[in-house]
Amino acid sequence: MCTLAHVFEAAGLATVVMSSIRPVAERMAPPRALHGEFPLGRPLGKPLDSEFQHAVLAAAFALLERPTGPVLEDFPEVIPSTGGEALSCSLPARFDPELPAAVDEARALRDAWNRSREASGRTSIGRAVEVDGIPDAVAALVRICEGTHWKEAGIPGNPIEAAHDIRSYYQELAVELADAPPGPWAVERWFYDTTEAGKTLLAARRAMRDAGAPQPLWFYMAPGAEQ
Amino acid sequence: MPDNDKMMRAHASNTPVPEFPNPAFTTPPALSQARVAIVTSAALHFAADDGFSPISDPKFTVLEDSERELRLGHFSPNFDRGGFAADINVVYPVDRLRELAEQGTIASVASRHYAFAGNQDDTVSGIRLDTGPEVAKRLLEDGVNVVLLTPV
Repeated sequence: MCTLAHVFEAAGLATVVMSSIRPVAERMAPPRALHGEFPLGRPLGKPLDSEFQHAVLAAAFALLERPTGPVLEDFPEVIPSTGGEALSCSLPARFDPELPAAVDEARALRDAWNRSREASGRTSIGRAVEVDGIPDAVAALVRICEGTHWKEAGIPGNPIEAAHDIRSYYQELAVELADAPPGPWAVERWFYDTTEAGKTLLAARRAMRDAGAPQPLWFYMAPGAEQ
Repeated sequence: MPDNDKMMRAHASNTPVPEFPNPAFTTPPALSQARVAIVTSAALHFAADDGFSPISDPKFTVLEDSERELRLGHFSPNFDRGGFAADINVVYPVDRLRELAEQGTIASVASRHYAFAGNQDDTVSGIRLDTGPEVAKRLLEDGVNVVLLTPV
């Protein structure tokens, strides 16, 4: 973002950067930056809170009145990345005991995802598979956990892209099932700590690491701090 | 769950960044006279296109102001994605800009916005020398004079 700010300013455009990592903004010194100490991925701070988002925008656009730069200011309200409320989001009961639990779960949640898709009009699934392929993508991870080599497990696309689609499926349906806007990292916490698919994804990632898979391929399947 | 943001912020704080000697500073019009566009590094794209590469990808997508059926194409798992799943405006505040225009706080919203991928190579030469200037040219052609840059 800071690079583009410099490029745009040189072309004659005034810019305001929403900074999310303050030391980067300090070192790159774009003409105007508002740092929001918010969870990464939420530059406007709070989803489904237009009042808060307008407050952030007002602070950002106020920087345009400064006669010189660079200027880097902090939005006064900090949103901690951890310690927020857990997502209240129930999971379906076991339906088909013949299936691996994670696959059974992914299939059972399809109606919730359908409602989410209809409500938001969008989805981020589609890098490796479309939504119909999600249970099979989960099944590939199950096979890795059961000892199949990751290259022979039938992962659609590559592991990073397949993991992206599985995570997106659960993130989108979680928003539909939850009874309140998700707090910082609450959807991710719910996915990795609570769902069968989340636990399976982390276990498959560990198995790939232990099997000597290239580091980026397993590392970027889940947040770096997750084990 | 561990504090992934703390880990990522520490990592990024020690990553080399490009230098910009003699940086430009463009004086904007009064906000009430400004035509505003959003440029995001969230790699937003349409279902019909190929999206962005998980490896460094300097290309950009053109986002019509009315379009909301967008995919969050940034591959990284190292940011909160639940916020975007709940509300596109927490990353791409296009509805908020529309409200500001209706209130007269800004003059107008650009016809088109733009998305890049946040994952760029260390030199950032692609967006610095090629696609960044191309988007600047397009923004100017649309009459834009203020750009809000939002990361993920």
